[in-house]
Amino acid sequence: MREWSVVLVATLALPALGALVVALLPGNADRVARLVGTGFAAAAFVASVVLYRPGDAGRFTYGAIRPWHELDVPWVPGLDLRFHIGVDGISYPLLVLTTLLTLLCCAYTVWLAPAGGRGRTLVALLLIIEVGIAGTFLALDLVLFFVFFEVVLLPMYAVIAVWGGDGRRHAARKFVLYTLFGSVLLLVGVFTVVAKAGTADLTELTGGDGLSRTTQLVAFVLLAIAFAVKSPLWPLHTWLPDAHTEAPTVGSVILAGVLLKMGTYGLIRVAVGVAPEGAAWAAPVLGTLAVAAIVVGSLVCLAQTELKRLIAYSSVGHMGFVLLGIATLTATGIEAALIGNIAHGVITGLLFFLAGAIKDRAHTGVLGELGGLRERSPWLAGVLGFAAIASIGLPGLAGFWGEAFAVIAALGRGGPLWTTLGVVAAIGGALTAAYFMRLLRRVTHGPASPAVATLSPASLAGPELVAWAPLIVLALAIGLIPALVLGFVGDPVQALTSAVPR
Amino acid sequence: MIDHVALLPAYLAAGTAVLVLLVDLLVSRRGATVAFTGLGAAATAVGAIAVARGGDRATFCTGDACSYLATSRAALVAVLFALLTLGVLGLSAPTLRSAGIPVGEYCFLLACSMTGGVVIGYAGDLVTLIVSLETLTLPLYILVGLRRTEVTSAEGAITFFVVSVVATSVTLLGAALLYASTGAVHLSLLRSAFAADASLVHEPLVQVAAALVVLGLAFKVAAVPFHAWAPTAYDGAPVPVAAYLSTASKLGGVIALLYVAIGPLPLEVAGPVLAVLAVATMTVGNLVALRQSRMVRLLAWSSVAQAGYILAPLGAAAFAAGRSSDALDLAVAATVAYAVFYVAMELGAFGSVVALRGSADGGAIEDYRGAARRTPWVGVTFLLALVGLAGLPPGLAGLFAKVTVVRSLLGGGAGWLAVIVALNAVVGLAYYLRVVYALYSAPDASLGADACVRSDSSSQPAVAPAFGFAGVPWAVAAALLLATGVAVVIGFAPQLVLDAANLAAP
Repeated sequence: MREWSVVLVATLALPALGALVVALLPGNADRVARLVGTGFAAAAFVASVVLYRPGDAGRFTYGAIRPWHELDVPWVPGLDLRFHIGVDGISYPLLVLTTLLTLLCCAYTVWLAPAGGRGRTLVALLLIIEVGIAGTFLALDLVLFFVFFEVVLLPMYAVIAVWGGDGRRHAARKFVLYTLFGSVLLLVGVFTVVAKAGTADLTELTGGDGLSRTTQLVAFVLLAIAFAVKSPLWPLHTWLPDAHTEAPTVGSVILAGVLLKMGTYGLIRVAVGVAPEGAAWAAPVLGTLAVAAIVVGSLVCLAQTELKRLIAYSSVGHMGFVLLGIATLTATGIEAALIGNIAHGVITGLLFFLAGAIKDRAHTGVLGELGGLRERSPWLAGVLGFAAIASIGLPGLAGFWGEAFAVIAALGRGGPLWTTLGVVAAIGGALTAAYFMRLLRRVTHGPASPAVATLSPASLAGPELVAWAPLIVLALAIGLIPALVLGFVGDPVQALTSAVPR
Repeated sequence: MIDHVALLPAYLAAGTAVLVLLVDLLVSRRGATVAFTGLGAAATAVGAIAVARGGDRATFCTGDACSYLATSRAALVAVLFALLTLGVLGLSAPTLRSAGIPVGEYCFLLACSMTGGVVIGYAGDLVTLIVSLETLTLPLYILVGLRRTEVTSAEGAITFFVVSVVATSVTLLGAALLYASTGAVHLSLLRSAFAADASLVHEPLVQVAAALVVLGLAFKVAAVPFHAWAPTAYDGAPVPVAAYLSTASKLGGVIALLYVAIGPLPLEVAGPVLAVLAVATMTVGNLVALRQSRMVRLLAWSSVAQAGYILAPLGAAAFAAGRSSDALDLAVAATVAYAVFYVAMELGAFGSVVALRGSADGGAIEDYRGAARRTPWVGVTFLLALVGLAGLPPGLAGLFAKVTVVRSLLGGGAGWLAVIVALNAVVGLAYYLRVVYALYSAPDASLGADACVRSDSSSQPAVAPAFGFAGVPWAVAAALLLATGVAVVIGFAPQLVLDAANLAAP
């Protein structure tokens, strides 16, 4: 199966090569460079899609992780680092979401390059971020996982610091220092595991064999804090609203769409996978914090006056549901977390595209200055309404499954703690509806405000439709057919949860 | 019977110094002097490799103990020093071209310093070690003070001189006390003395002696609390000399510490001292660097912090788990590997400063606003060096350096120290990013278009290079690209460094 290894490497090599080519093209060919970058992003998207091979599971290894395709070559033996990548049912949907969102963002940038720096530099950075995120999802070696985890930091810093809004410098610093804090703890956690187990191979480590209970507890605490910063889990979330508010549209889309998923994916694959006993020990704390995030996120959203900030805080709530699902450590809960991950990526990506479009048109994101969008720009208002309703978790749309089943999983755990958590989370979900209704009332309904009244009544631009249509379709498709995401996670999730002691 | 083949690298290095002095006297042309210095340094590196290929040698022996050991790790040290000297010589081109700097003296002193550095690796007893370390440092007092029209330069030289002399006497006192209590100065004899008599470790005299030796050497690496000379000396010195101080001079201290602390000295005493030094050094260095507004001072404080990371793996020996021979091998290899990664990136950072500033001093960080937009390739080398020192991709060399240290600490059971190293990396990023932000931000409009980095050197008018690579003199460009190239290569293939570092394990 050598040829599949080539495709696997291509999903990482194409964007990396693309970034290099875009950076090296002559300075006056800005638009051409952006187009070339989009071409590479498209090629990477195709490469990631064709990796779909659920039938091949288990052909190569017989551990808890059975990659459909994998590649394993030594890189730095002195550091236990192997270039070991592979794709399976858990990582495949996230990988495709990453390549899809990067493609959409690159295409969007061809049409509209935000002010602040050169458009092609932005495309190059987006491609490097893609390498980091996709590499994190593909890595089957703990040290390699850490290396890719770190790759994302500085390019994202640059995207916020160069193309961001007025408070960009502060927001970018806060983002990079906070997330570096998380990833250095990841480094310590990774080598805590590697030093004790003598291997960094995730396929061998998953299940926690060979690690003492103490090691697992220490490792899980370190890893969980690391991923909680990235996800982000309340109370470690404060970098997120600033970063989202200041980042350019494409930066927010990538941040919310896939960068946060590195945290939840890491929690499932690495923290729970490598230290199941630690996970079982810490689950009540994790669950409580997750529910706190849901409630706090929703309440803060009710008081927000800025469009992007509101959507950013809604992410805190939605990721709370994902983390609650993981904290239950049941098959239902983890599957809910996986589909919640994808749904949040699709819907919040769309919401940030829309928020960017509204801000670009009205030159303000303050809710009090918006209003009556429905009258001036019915299409935009319509799509915003659709995205908001999807985000609320209406049955039939993508947001439903993750949130409903996280609550069901919590109730299914039984006992006073988990029952309370499930009930409170459900109430938090109702609050989500409240603040999105408030958002819609402020932005789309009522008389047109002065900022909105000056909008030209033109409908959506073609490139906008191109960028949004896949996300709208996916929000609907995943809502109607959750098997699109969950069809091939059964076995890996079963393998993960069976290692958790009860 | 003296083995002159074993001594070849030392002869070559010392010969270079003498030759340079003669060439300057007889030919008296800048190009010739510089060329001979460079050739001498290259010959030293080649000589060291050639000797090492012939197997281990030793000379100046009394009984089994020898004062001069030509091993492969000694060759590694010699090659490192020779290459560093070459690199710094390349960076010195603008300084040497400016008025008031005597070329012959400069090259002679640099070659003398290199001689000391080369011999450190071959040292087999405490006396040779301390004398060679002093030979490395002594010429630097004068080099730091070479900018004769500047008060800061004299100030730096005096501070450096006084502190360094005190440090040397502290080390010598420690060595004397060691000799008094064990009767040995040879590293191998000290090792066997402590191995033979375990009760010796609990003698107060031995404990004081070991602590004094380690603390004296800590001055040389500018470890906190013996660091105060470094920012003053770096900022006062010509930038290439500051580069040499923060790479070669620091490397000399690290190697001396490695030679005495691992093996010859009882680790029960040296380990805790090193652990405390490491923690204090990285924390204080990083925190103070946050507040710096001058470029060279910021780099100086950052190099203080980096010394803390270099010492950290040895700090694992403070606990019994870190004193097993496996853990020690790991720690020594990690220290050497980090030092090599660090030296490549530090040279890149200082090289970028020289490329942007010419013969002027480092200036304020504000002066660098927009510099990367004017000279993009220097922007890239500076970015790679700074980000590498912060330990993040795309500076992969720095990332793997950090990984190596944390791995060895966790392998030695010193998880708490690993957490401190990790948290320090976060603080470090804050100030490295400040420089990067300045480099890539738009030039301040109020200063006008020509407020560029080069033109504000009112005291020393910058010499426009007659030829060069994108506005940077050839020698500087070559040294800078080489340093960056090395950093990139070892970033992608860190195994090269780790293999070399394993040579250094005891």
